[in-house]
Amino acid sequence: MIELLIGALKAIIILLLALNLAAILLWFERKGSALIQDRIGANRAAITGLGKKLGLPNLGFVNTLVADPIKLFTKEDFVPEGADRFLHSLAPFLALFPVLITFAVVPFGDQITIAGHTIVLQAASLDVAALYILATIGIGVYGVALGGWASNNRWALLGSVRATAQMISYEIAMGLAIIAVVMTYGTLDLQAMCHAQGGVWFGWLPRWGIFVQPVAFLLLMTAGMAESKRVPFDLPEGESELIAGYFTEYSGGKQACFMLTDFAEIVLVSVLVTTFFFGGWQIPWLYRDGFHLPGGAMLAMPNLLVAILGVIAFWVKVVIFCWFQILIRWTLPRFRYDQLMRLGWKGLVPLGLLNIVATAFVIVLAGGAH
Amino acid sequence: MPLALFIFLAALAIISSLGVVIQRNPVHSLLALVMTLLVIAVLFIGLGAVTVGFLQAIVYAGAIMVLFLFVIWLLNLQVEERPVGHLALKFFGAIAAAALVAELFLFFAHAHPTLAAKQLAPGYGSLASLASVLFKDYLVAFEATSVLLLVAVVGAVAIARRPGPSEPGASGVKTGAAS
Repeated sequence: MIELLIGALKAIIILLLALNLAAILLWFERKGSALIQDRIGANRAAITGLGKKLGLPNLGFVNTLVADPIKLFTKEDFVPEGADRFLHSLAPFLALFPVLITFAVVPFGDQITIAGHTIVLQAASLDVAALYILATIGIGVYGVALGGWASNNRWALLGSVRATAQMISYEIAMGLAIIAVVMTYGTLDLQAMCHAQGGVWFGWLPRWGIFVQPVAFLLLMTAGMAESKRVPFDLPEGESELIAGYFTEYSGGKQACFMLTDFAEIVLVSVLVTTFFFGGWQIPWLYRDGFHLPGGAMLAMPNLLVAILGVIAFWVKVVIFCWFQILIRWTLPRFRYDQLMRLGWKGLVPLGLLNIVATAFVIVLAGGAH
Repeated sequence: MPLALFIFLAALAIISSLGVVIQRNPVHSLLALVMTLLVIAVLFIGLGAVTVGFLQAIVYAGAIMVLFLFVIWLLNLQVEERPVGHLALKFFGAIAAAALVAELFLFFAHAHPTLAAKQLAPGYGSLASLASVLFKDYLVAFEATSVLLLVAVVGAVAIARRPGPSEPGASGVKTGAAS
């Protein structure tokens, strides 16, 4: 019974963390774009002007988070004439749901022991987690594909066709990157991958995946950004060509669902990059009994504190990569469609295959194969 | 896997596969097929074939069905207003379906129910066990199949490709710089 309760609690915690981070990213993105474009942004939504009355300087953060959902969920939920009403309503949830369930296998910390119960900070300890991630990402295509089709709008359908083609093209590169990572760690379990990244090389360099699989990191980051359909890969939305792409005919809560999907995907890509290449919840030189600094100094720490520090470190890394994606979004212009396809099929896929072959050679030469 | 869960999933699989043939709208049929494949993937996982289940979800539900969707879009298939086909075809179709159902009933009536309760070996259905079968026991057959698939892919591309402007067989139409 208590095990079941702990499991449910873990699932709720990781879901809430991911959803909240996705919602905060909405403000993060506006503030970030303002910062990069050298203007003041996200400070104009003042509900009842309360902030000004109280003399508080800038409530843009709170107001964006509160005003946006209120605005979206009180709007009329419009379904266009001739649309497939059932699929039009289903599509936003079909897009959001697979992204959210992917977080189930993400280890957001080491294990903690409370009152004799050892709790692994991972909602579902799946030993084929890497396959699970590929499966949920593959299923995520349908929401986007059907959203545009069900709208009975040619621009929306074109957006859907573009989005679907882009997502299945870049899924291959993503899969190839993950295969190389799996070969390196010799496991599909994300928690085991995090454990494998503990410790140091040469007495000081943390054993993070980025130092052995830099090519896979580039592949996963690029393919992940293409999966989340962000600038420079935002051809499915291409405002100047397709109005707003596959969600042209959406309003209110369903539109919010599609928006949340985009931001949840940013969080997901950051989470995957952090887990595969940047040690997950590992902090350099921090072990279960405390810090072991390269010089030989040691700082003992209680186990619980180490675990909590790990959880904080994980989310700090995730936020850094979310920020990195927003930075890229507001720096690079959009690709042309043929450039997108060329990069995917002639650039990333061959590079991914080469990376797998090179990884296999190194593993065999190092005698790591069983 | 608990019996109640199995019955629930099996019923779901039957209902969704009926949806594939009953739906008039091709996209609705396709969605029903995706659901069938996913339910079967869950059945695989519940019965111990974890890797096969996830591969089913990735390859069939996640990739091949998306290509089906593309085919439906590109051929611009519309909702069937009335069932097509001759009466005679329907008649023989019904007979063939009835024969298949009867055969299945006969087969399962004589099947050994104890086979299902066999204990699974530890590690059954894991990626390691699947890999050792594919890459040790049946390596040659596996590699030959992959070469066959590769040949089929190259052949399909060669057939579908339009000749470029400089190649023989081109219609002489100049394409833009993007060609």
